[in-house]
Amino acid sequence: MQTKTIQNTQKAVQKTERISGSEAVVRCLLAEGVDILYGYPGGAIMPIYDELYKYQDKIHHVLTRHEQGATHSAQGYARISGKVGVAMATSGPGATNLITGIADAQIDSTPMVCITGQVASHLLGSDAFQETDIVGISTPVTKWNHQITKASEIPEVLAKAFYIAKSGRPGPVLIDITKDAQFEEFDFSYKKCTGVRSYKPVPETDPNSLKAAAELINNAKKPLVVWGQGIILSEAEEAFKAFIEKAGIPSAWTILGVSAIPTEHPLNVGMLGMHGNYAPNVLTNECDVLIAIGMRFDDRVTGNLDKYAKQAKVIHFEIDPAEVDKNVKTDVAILGDAKASLESILPLINKNSHPDWHQKFKDLYAIEYEKVIKHDLHPTKEGLTMGEVLHQINLESKGEAAIVSDVGQHQMIACRYAKFNQTKSNITSGGLGTMGFGLPAAIGAKMAAPERQVVSISGDGGYQMTIQELGTIFQQKTAVKIVVLNNDFLGMVRQWQQLFFDKRYASTEMTNPDFVAIAKGYYINARRVTKREELAEAVKEMMQSKEAYFLEVCVEKEGNVFPMVPSGASVSDIRLS
Amino acid sequence: MEKETKQFTVSVYTENNIGLLNRISAIFQRRHINIESINSSVSEIESVSRWTLVVNLSEEQMKKIIGQIDKQVEVIKAYYHTEEEIIYQESCIFKMRSDLLFDERQIQNIIKDSNARIVTVNRDFFVIEKSGRKEEIEMLQRELSVFGIMQFTRSGRISVSKDEMKISKMLETFNH
Repeated sequence: MQTKTIQNTQKAVQKTERISGSEAVVRCLLAEGVDILYGYPGGAIMPIYDELYKYQDKIHHVLTRHEQGATHSAQGYARISGKVGVAMATSGPGATNLITGIADAQIDSTPMVCITGQVASHLLGSDAFQETDIVGISTPVTKWNHQITKASEIPEVLAKAFYIAKSGRPGPVLIDITKDAQFEEFDFSYKKCTGVRSYKPVPETDPNSLKAAAELINNAKKPLVVWGQGIILSEAEEAFKAFIEKAGIPSAWTILGVSAIPTEHPLNVGMLGMHGNYAPNVLTNECDVLIAIGMRFDDRVTGNLDKYAKQAKVIHFEIDPAEVDKNVKTDVAILGDAKASLESILPLINKNSHPDWHQKFKDLYAIEYEKVIKHDLHPTKEGLTMGEVLHQINLESKGEAAIVSDVGQHQMIACRYAKFNQTKSNITSGGLGTMGFGLPAAIGAKMAAPERQVVSISGDGGYQMTIQELGTIFQQKTAVKIVVLNNDFLGMVRQWQQLFFDKRYASTEMTNPDFVAIAKGYYINARRVTKREELAEAVKEMMQSKEAYFLEVCVEKEGNVFPMVPSGASVSDIRLS
Repeated sequence: MEKETKQFTVSVYTENNIGLLNRISAIFQRRHINIESINSSVSEIESVSRWTLVVNLSEEQMKKIIGQIDKQVEVIKAYYHTEEEIIYQESCIFKMRSDLLFDERQIQNIIKDSNARIVTVNRDFFVIEKSGRKEEIEMLQRELSVFGIMQFTRSGRISVSKDEMKISKMLETFNH
């Protein structure tokens, strides 16, 4: 149904041209600055692919080997570039295969536009061949979605799609286009969307809340900042650094927030949550003011909410009003864009330092180093650790690489130990925890930032969920570096089975194929490492390779990731072993 | 511990778009909250729809859900109200056998006393309509049920708030 909202996307004033709906889609993508998209053709989207053939010098279509790969690639592209990722698929199974990536993008606030073909409008609802109600299916996992049945709707709806995907708290948008709308001709013109009546992407910041927050911060004796991806999404890195440096506040991150400031920044006290660092977790329950910025108090970060920072006054900088008080009750909420809010509060903040409070972080870090980090990064016992692989990658990358991790033990190790000097360098599936994310996301990341080293780190389980994307890497000549940390287990599940299910390893041991042979089958340089003395040289060879490179590292089978906040426990009950 | 639940009436001003029912009902569904009644209609503002939902839940849950409804792109504004903050009505219709009208004189008194009205009468059945609060409708239903009700249906609640909702003022700022 035509709405005011769509009418508000500004009526075109330029001259019109009579073209087909499918050509209109391509023209819209070009107008939005899309030069690369990921997808998989099929019957219901063939007219658009036919147009892409005509425009292949302007838009590069990447044929992934599965539609899920297309969405994860688009996510990787979006996360490293800050631009909207685009994925495309046909109707029915093509469209449903996008759903995992869409859900992942929704929970991780990744801007993405997915375009799906649909059966002709006269067949809608008839259970036609390859018909699914993708708008209905995707509703709970999209920021917005819409079905187009008339070509004339295409410009306004696509303009709105890109605007919604990118603005405010970003997210995925799905546009479903019937086949007849793709064929239909109409008078085309395009104008970018600049506003939607019912949608206010950035709430207004109340100056009183800024003052109240500043007062709490200025009077705090033991303040702690917890920051998330909101810093990166609003490009608030500099404002954030200026804020914590002026106030002298120890600052800890969620896994999607890391890389917003360099790992080695003296105020960076590490990772929060289930497998985070000891000091920030324990001291969350000692701080007197907790300043959350662009994060949403995920349960993996907070542990048991009944025992989370009860002693602290909580300040929450947040763009999405629905996140305020959702999990943790706040004393002061600062709604708005993180960058603008941080710039506004900076003059109200006193220059400060908290040496005794900082010392507590250092003391607890020393305990964690002795009990965990030393053994992870510089092991002396037999069996390669995941941590020492990350250590070698750090040595070679010098903190300049983008690390794209899959989901599991290796992900936690990668996030804990990878060093970052640049923002937008840690790309992982945070909220949904999607195994199979890593490899295709790395493809998108490398294509968005070809000048950067992009290292995909997976476990043997997740890697096999989207292993077919090696074909995309080979065909596209994407020089992504692929590391599989192979312990022949679904490692994280096995760790839980060991700790909480009496070592009953139910269906977590994997008999794996010859990963090196498979990579070589895709004509990708590949190497397997089983001994410590081979590791440094192998990592060096991989990082210096100008082409795609696959490195399998056979790590200890039953290595665990510590520290760990057991499920349902308080963050201050974090275990070191 | 379960928080105390009570009845809330939710008013949602929205764009008139296909698929929005799915989005809004899914917000309740994923939290296992049953929607007691739901009504969608035009509103006092041209091209803006108004939804009225009745739900039982704790106020803490209600606040969170309002936030989730409000963040939907096509939702202009969502409000929630307690019973004391609104004026509401529901409608219902009963279909009954026509012979009861003549054989059971009490039925005519029930209709009169309850401020219901007869919509139509024919050889086989007659139809009673009643608008009012939930309790009034329930009482009428109880009284008529002893005679046998052929069909009964009730509408969703519609309501207006006692306080101003300032939606028009808000829309002025939304317009680009």
